[in-house]
Amino acid sequence: MPESLTKFIFGRLTLESLPLHEPIVVVTFIVVALGGLAVLGAITYFKLWGYLWREWFTSVDHKKIGVMYMALGLVMLLRGFSDAIMMRLQQAIAFNGSEGYLNAHHYDQIFTAHGVIMIFFVAMPFVTGLMNFVVPLQIGARDVSFPFLNNFSFWMTVGGAILVMASLFVGEFARTGWLAYPPLSGIDYSPDVGVDYYIWALQVAGVGTTLSGINLICTIIKMRAPGMTMMRMPIFTWTSLCTNVLIVASFPVLTAVLTLLALDRYVGTNFFTNDFGGNPMMYVNLIWIWGHPEVYILILPLFGVFSEVTSTFSGKRLFGYTSMVYATVVITILSYLVWLHHFFTMGSGASVNSFFGITTMIISIPTGAKMFNWLFTMYRGRIRFELPMMWTLAFMLTFVVGGMTGVLLAVPPADFVLHNSLFLIAHFHNVIIGGVLFGLFAGIAYWWPKAFGFRLDPFWGKVSFWCWVLGFWFAFMPLYILGLMGVTRRMRVFDDPSLQIWFVIAAFGAVLIAGGIAAFLVQIFVSIRRREALADHTGDPWDGRTLEWSTSSPPPAYNFAFTPVIRDNDAWFDMKRAGYRRPLSGFKPIHMPKNTGTGVILAALSVALGFGLIWYMWWLAALSFVCLIATAIGHTFNYHRDFDIPAAEVAQTEEARTTLLAAQG
Amino acid sequence: MSAQDHAGHDHTHGGAAHGSLKGYLIGFVLSVILTAIPFWLVMDGVIDNKQATAVIVMAFAAVQIIVHMVFFLHMTPASEGGWSMLALIFTVILVVIVLSGSLWVMYHLNANMMPGLHEMRQMP
Amino acid sequence: MTSTAITAGAEPVFHLEEEHAHAEGGSTMLGFWLYLMSDCLIFAMLFAAFGVLGGNYAAGPAPKDLFDLGLVAVNTTMLLLSSITYGFAMLTMDKGRVGETQSWLAVTMLFGLAFLSIELYEFAHMIHEGATPQRSAFLSSFFTLVGTHGLHVTFGIVWMVTLMVQVARHGLIEANRRRLMCLSMFWHFLDVVWIGVFTFVYLMGTLR
Repeated sequence: MPESLTKFIFGRLTLESLPLHEPIVVVTFIVVALGGLAVLGAITYFKLWGYLWREWFTSVDHKKIGVMYMALGLVMLLRGFSDAIMMRLQQAIAFNGSEGYLNAHHYDQIFTAHGVIMIFFVAMPFVTGLMNFVVPLQIGARDVSFPFLNNFSFWMTVGGAILVMASLFVGEFARTGWLAYPPLSGIDYSPDVGVDYYIWALQVAGVGTTLSGINLICTIIKMRAPGMTMMRMPIFTWTSLCTNVLIVASFPVLTAVLTLLALDRYVGTNFFTNDFGGNPMMYVNLIWIWGHPEVYILILPLFGVFSEVTSTFSGKRLFGYTSMVYATVVITILSYLVWLHHFFTMGSGASVNSFFGITTMIISIPTGAKMFNWLFTMYRGRIRFELPMMWTLAFMLTFVVGGMTGVLLAVPPADFVLHNSLFLIAHFHNVIIGGVLFGLFAGIAYWWPKAFGFRLDPFWGKVSFWCWVLGFWFAFMPLYILGLMGVTRRMRVFDDPSLQIWFVIAAFGAVLIAGGIAAFLVQIFVSIRRREALADHTGDPWDGRTLEWSTSSPPPAYNFAFTPVIRDNDAWFDMKRAGYRRPLSGFKPIHMPKNTGTGVILAALSVALGFGLIWYMWWLAALSFVCLIATAIGHTFNYHRDFDIPAAEVAQTEEARTTLLAAQG
Repeated sequence: MSAQDHAGHDHTHGGAAHGSLKGYLIGFVLSVILTAIPFWLVMDGVIDNKQATAVIVMAFAAVQIIVHMVFFLHMTPASEGGWSMLALIFTVILVVIVLSGSLWVMYHLNANMMPGLHEMRQMP
Repeated sequence: MTSTAITAGAEPVFHLEEEHAHAEGGSTMLGFWLYLMSDCLIFAMLFAAFGVLGGNYAAGPAPKDLFDLGLVAVNTTMLLLSSITYGFAMLTMDKGRVGETQSWLAVTMLFGLAFLSIELYEFAHMIHEGATPQRSAFLSSFFTLVGTHGLHVTFGIVWMVTLMVQVARHGLIEANRRRLMCLSMFWHFLDVVWIGVFTFVYLMGTLR
């Protein structure tokens, strides 16, 4: 084949692009390939493709999409954590002249991939999945406002994840750090495909995130059951609303900034270059306008989870509901006024730095108010130390430390010393693991019975809990110390042997966390095996307070046979107290959206478009773009997107539940 | 305590939401005037002071944006139960923060870190 | 909301007897408005980039050397006219007149195409003179901001063609009316963005 034709077809993709010279990557590839083949083989053998396609992939049911988001988050957590433990191992051994076991080229990709994956493809899917599953149930709705869009959003997130994973085996990932600052990420200093993978993975996933944000805002505003005024919404729904407002108001910023970076790389414009009037610091400024709200996008929903869990397991109404709502709203707005604290050292001067330092410190006030509300909720409550509550307590103890180091970093002179040091790394892992991850585990343990009809095994849950909590403290306290000693982030080898002991302790912590993740997987496996013993037929295993506990576990496709009417904040608690009886007759047909495969197709075309752009395969990019537009337009010609669940089927489903409840006595 | 005090459920699709012929014509005439004056001010250099011209031009733009919002986009405090307006106000606040913040931050950066920026502009 | 559910007597009411129908597409207008707000933020970033980088000519051409305000005024007129004709399309849609609605949409589309042609002519002219997007940060941010607006107009026109086909097929049914209303918001929103563009980029650029 002539060279020009090869170049036309494959762009800059050649055999040398495959990282065959990296034994670690090759072994990973073999393991992943074998594992993948085993999974695909098993699906084929058990003839599950049709089932998966019909019941899950094309489903527009918010509950199934929520579960799929969680599954995506879990898979990507394994990848992101592998990167983490590889870094910890490298830093623990690269002393006394040792180069460690990772070369610089590989190590730089690992720390970039770790950050990108953990934020965009672990935390975001987990958070979105939780909101997707819980919010419509909590507000007494049948589904979200735009069910098709929900499915499409999910698959776009998967599309982004696929591009990131592809970079591991085809080509390379960015070596720039997780925010890809120019000029390093510009075409002059990163001519390879790494940054392009970064850009297009985030752009594809970003479309999904933005649309899912719009969808959930509309759902919360428009689909609430009658009687549920704004101030009667469950607190998780409130925090979800604020989170999605932040998503819709900040992801466009990321889209715009990455587009400008892409233009610099592809077209040769001069936004962030060193020449022709470009200004790299403008990129840093713009991307943190997205970046800071993003932090609150991650933590706010988990504040909601902790509120629900604390209230339920203390057997009390949430203390200070109104102040909790206002605190959340204040955090939402303030999160747009602090972005510069990520680059105090840039040199904007005292006036600018003081302003952003002070706004940052102000944010700790509403957050502190929340902490006190949880404490007062527990005060004189009958606390049940079930798994979700244990995670919540661990969160309170851990997060406060992270919050305080955060306020410390908000002081510009202190930040000048600690900027880009391991102290910063310890700080944000302290709030993200201690806040987001602990909250996710609390949420998963709390709502798992609702999703699947059986509880998670408490023993393995506790093993996971203790491994995680202790592992976290072992892994990150040494980093605080190292940071104070002046050790900077993203280092591959060290000269000073006295530092090694701290890195060894941190690596030990990472191993404990690995145990925590393993125990969590065992917990899921064991719980599925023991699902009969752990079964919950009441639909309300925790003596819950909000509407999702009023329906069966798992809820029927239509969620509620009759639309509930809300009279109080804790709607389900109020119903139980007032002697609510399940309606047993008078069922009506229920209008529901139809499943569709368009979301999968659109996302697949987006991945092809991204891949074409990354490798300069212009024909592929053009073709998939045209197909993308054509499919999207074609989809709008389908006017029959709904169907009715017949009343008889609803009656049958409800009858089955009546029998089940009667058997409980 | 009844199902009626429920704000999120207005299923109103009034025909008035699309505006009237009169409304569109008023909006159009106002827009033409509000566009023509700034162009005239700049093209003919009516006011000597450039800064004053800039302020006036910006004021006209602000008014015209409001005219478009009212007469073409039919933005009222009541549409969609007030949520459209709330979203708009929130967005306007963010746009102001982002624009003024970026200009402020980058101006100070340039002043501190690149004192010779004006000479730099002349460099390739 | 059914009143039967509320006046059922002393017994507290926990659910509606009748199916509580959320009107088909009842969230669409709000959802689309939220999308426009997010789009507005994309433009805000491009405006911010232009605001910060717009004075960095790198010894290249400045706005004064490039902008032809007369052309921009014509362009603005095209967009303004397309706005009012889209308004007429909405008014005839309310009256249920398919033919007139289609005609007004076609007129709107022609104005949109005229706008795009003038813009492309302007771009071509600038590039011909050596004022390419690569020349300076000012030109990078100019082409990106104005080009993004033009891209939106292009998508609006593609969308308009799609809707005209759909109206021709199914008439002014509820779903199509909703779509036309969304496009109306999109089209008028682009006009609002253009106010920002001609003010901040062209007029104030010339003043600089």
